[in-house]
Amino acid sequence: MATASSNGRIPIALKVNGVAYEREVEPRKLLSDFLREDLALTGTHVGCEHGVCGTCNVLLNGETARSCLIFAVQCDGAELRTIESLGTIDKMHPLQEAFWEKHGLQCGFCTPGMLLSAVELLEKNADPSREEIREAISSNFCRCTGYQNIVEAVEFAAKRMQEASQ
Amino acid sequence: MTELAQGKDFLKMSRQQEGPRETYSWIGKSMKRVEDPRLLTGQGRYIDDIQLPNMAHAAVLRSPHAHARIKSIDTAKAKALPGVILVMTGAEAAQVTGPTATFSSPPCIQYCLAVDKVRNVGEGVVAVVAESRYLAEDAIDLIDVDYEVLPAVVDPVEAITSSGDAVLHPERGDTNVALTNHSVFGPIEEDFQNADHIIRRKLRWSRVGGTPMETVGAIADYDSGTGKFTIYCNTSMYNYVGWLIAVSLNIPAHKLNIIPTIAGGSFGSKLFIHKLPTLTGTLSRACGRPVKFMEDRLDNLTNCDHHACDRIYDAELAVKDGRMTGLRFKVIDDYGAYFQFGVGHHGNAMSQAVGPYKISSIEMDLIAVLTNKCQQGAYRGFGSEVMNFLLERMADAAIDELGDDPVEFRRRNFIPPEEFPYVIPTGNLYDSGDYAAVLDEAARLLDYQGWRKKQAAAREEGRYVGIGIATCHERSVFSATEFWFLNPKDQPGFTLTSSPEGVAVKIDPTGKALVTLQAPFWGNSPETIATQVLAEQLTMDPADISINYSDTDSGLNGTGPGGSRYTVMIAGALAGASAKIKEKLLKVGGHMLEASPSDLELVDGRVCLKDVPEHGKTIAEVALHAHYFRLSMPDDPELTSGVDATYVYDHPLTTMPNEDRTDLGVFYPIMGHMCHMVVVEVDPETGKLAFLDYVAVHDCGTMVNPMTLQGHIRGGTASGIGTALYEHFFYDENGQLLNASFADYLIPGLHEVPDDLRTGHVETPSPFTEYGIKGGGEGGRMGAPPAIAGAVEDALRPLGVKVDELPISSKRLRALIREAQNS
Repeated sequence: MATASSNGRIPIALKVNGVAYEREVEPRKLLSDFLREDLALTGTHVGCEHGVCGTCNVLLNGETARSCLIFAVQCDGAELRTIESLGTIDKMHPLQEAFWEKHGLQCGFCTPGMLLSAVELLEKNADPSREEIREAISSNFCRCTGYQNIVEAVEFAAKRMQEASQ
Repeated sequence: MTELAQGKDFLKMSRQQEGPRETYSWIGKSMKRVEDPRLLTGQGRYIDDIQLPNMAHAAVLRSPHAHARIKSIDTAKAKALPGVILVMTGAEAAQVTGPTATFSSPPCIQYCLAVDKVRNVGEGVVAVVAESRYLAEDAIDLIDVDYEVLPAVVDPVEAITSSGDAVLHPERGDTNVALTNHSVFGPIEEDFQNADHIIRRKLRWSRVGGTPMETVGAIADYDSGTGKFTIYCNTSMYNYVGWLIAVSLNIPAHKLNIIPTIAGGSFGSKLFIHKLPTLTGTLSRACGRPVKFMEDRLDNLTNCDHHACDRIYDAELAVKDGRMTGLRFKVIDDYGAYFQFGVGHHGNAMSQAVGPYKISSIEMDLIAVLTNKCQQGAYRGFGSEVMNFLLERMADAAIDELGDDPVEFRRRNFIPPEEFPYVIPTGNLYDSGDYAAVLDEAARLLDYQGWRKKQAAAREEGRYVGIGIATCHERSVFSATEFWFLNPKDQPGFTLTSSPEGVAVKIDPTGKALVTLQAPFWGNSPETIATQVLAEQLTMDPADISINYSDTDSGLNGTGPGGSRYTVMIAGALAGASAKIKEKLLKVGGHMLEASPSDLELVDGRVCLKDVPEHGKTIAEVALHAHYFRLSMPDDPELTSGVDATYVYDHPLTTMPNEDRTDLGVFYPIMGHMCHMVVVEVDPETGKLAFLDYVAVHDCGTMVNPMTLQGHIRGGTASGIGTALYEHFFYDENGQLLNASFADYLIPGLHEVPDDLRTGHVETPSPFTEYGIKGGGEGGRMGAPPAIAGAVEDALRPLGVKVDELPISSKRLRALIREAQNS
């Protein structure tokens, strides 16, 4: 465990989207604020700040985590992935393409967290049933879509990713 | 026919330039959204993503009391905390900044921070600006406020008789009744005298809210050198009423530039944001630095001025020979602590007060009360969704009491297609419709008869399966008269009548188009819709069109999304602007091709001769010529350099109300319609409800993008399910909001909505709008609650349970079932 420097900040080293960072952070700084303010990764959105909505989901060592409920100092030595780790505008991740294709977003605010929940699912289970997709996505709130198009987008992406890997 | 409508040939008043067509290139296609790539890759740039150099952060101390006098505030410890830049109380803010904007008349005064008194839990009392949000919140904890607690007014019925210390706004009189209105439209007495049945119900529609995933935020940057404020905000009506924020800040309107950001959802709640821009502007001016304030979720749920209708109805429906003739109701509406829109929500509901039915008279007795709760704002339906609930519940009650058939009763009562345009008793006009076609399509999609058989079989097994039907309206394209025509006649307030939407279109020297919208993205698809309409108009490739948003400095008149108006209005603006662009392209092209513009046409992105299409110039060639070769053309004042046009499109058809308000005029004539059919099963042991099937058929006139319209229907229905079954801002007797978190305020998750909500469409184009488009942004939420209530009642018919109150939570349902089983 690192010790605090004289200004009360704690040094941490972590990898975010494959890039190694060393930073000093206040012990109370939330991971969501650290990502957004210290690393300028503003694709991670904050919806409720009490761990319910899933909007701020990131992948922490391969598992989804609510970045509003974790302190940055807890991520010392961790590997994180955020929405910025998926595809780019020119080369989207199949899930991003599928959300586009199936109209799986409207305002887009919950979308990064939703996509990361879907990434976690498909990395663990390349061929999920509709029920498994529904279960995985049910951890996230969306106020715009009514969820159906999101489920269909994940189904569509899973199919395409399987076809591509064959 | 109303007095104002008499002798009017409304069709002759149509300003439609582009009628519906047999085939389109882009309109009517499920084009993928142009907004999406940046949103999907985390590059949306929402309000909280914006950082300005030297920016400080604000936090707000909120009232723990529902109603209290502020006796004293001690900010010394907060001011002494290192990193704190400014501490400002409501009284200090009020010395430099006036009240925020309001539509109510007489005005109900609200400041960006409470002055002297707090009126709801969560109301802002003191703002702190610090180097970080963390420090600002630390400082908040160091502020001591001494309150003298006043009686909390929570019950809307008790609010009617409040007096003395229980009165929220004594300057409006010794009462918490904010406004009353008694309106009669049509021969109500006669209809009730002639009725063979009178149906009576008391209904309760509970307080819910839009609760988008993104809260409200603002960043203000005051430049003391120029005296100019720049305010970034996820607001919507900035080009309509943004200047009122300058009025609050006591500065001329041109000293304020509002820059919109995209909004992470609104559903109405971000339509008229005034408090946060006013607050951050005040703080920035005081501390000389840019200041950001983002609501956290608690701020948003308790005090965003966005709670929705909270109504108690006592209604009577007159029926004669199986036909509904008159509807009269008393309604008490709990507006909360302030009154920003007045009773605009009830004005709105008067646009479709008879729904799709040939009801000849309406009587409304309205009492709007003020209580110690978050004030009402706008939410998907703006009051008309509650009118739909009332009408459909009354129709179902009539069907029940008369032993009639729910499909045939509705069909019999419909306004028939040949009677459009149709003037309803309130004076509003319905432009077009074919309600039976929508009903039939829903019945076909659902296999209504098949489900009735399955329902009968289930009932034999002791299962409680029910089918609910709602055939109701979605008025679209509001006119501003709805905000004030129910105000006191001698004190109507600011009687505005404009609700325009502008657009600027520029063709650059390479032939690509830049469209500047005057209202922001808030989760709808303005960029996609504008791209499709302009591509259609100018026969361009959508990939050659890009969309931009104006700020108020550069903005034209615009009103923004709300009341399902944006698609219709932006199509109107684009039709106007592109007609000018087309004229210029043909004129310049004419010089290049040595032909008269009248012999030319625009086809597939080329200006070409009508009879020799291979002889022509591309838009890019014409544009380059127009931009840079002025001297190659004649000295014609219309041939100024460049290709650009602006156009402000006013409401397609609206008229004034009459003096005594027995006729409200035409104010919401672009009438969408829907039929929702839903099949539910209720578990009588637990009160849990399961969706077995759900079909929604909508008529939004000519569809611009069926995919995004379906998205609105599915998403809107999900929020309607929340209203019907789960959501309720619950205040206890002390005025404490007991469920101010997403853990307790239950917006539907994935398992709460149907797995497959099937949609269908009927298209009856409007004769008044471009291409015949009608709005469609609110419909799902306007149809789901009555359909679900009907389904629950149908499922529990063997027990005789009546559904008169929303939300129909499992707990409430269990109580109703228990009561029915015990009696």
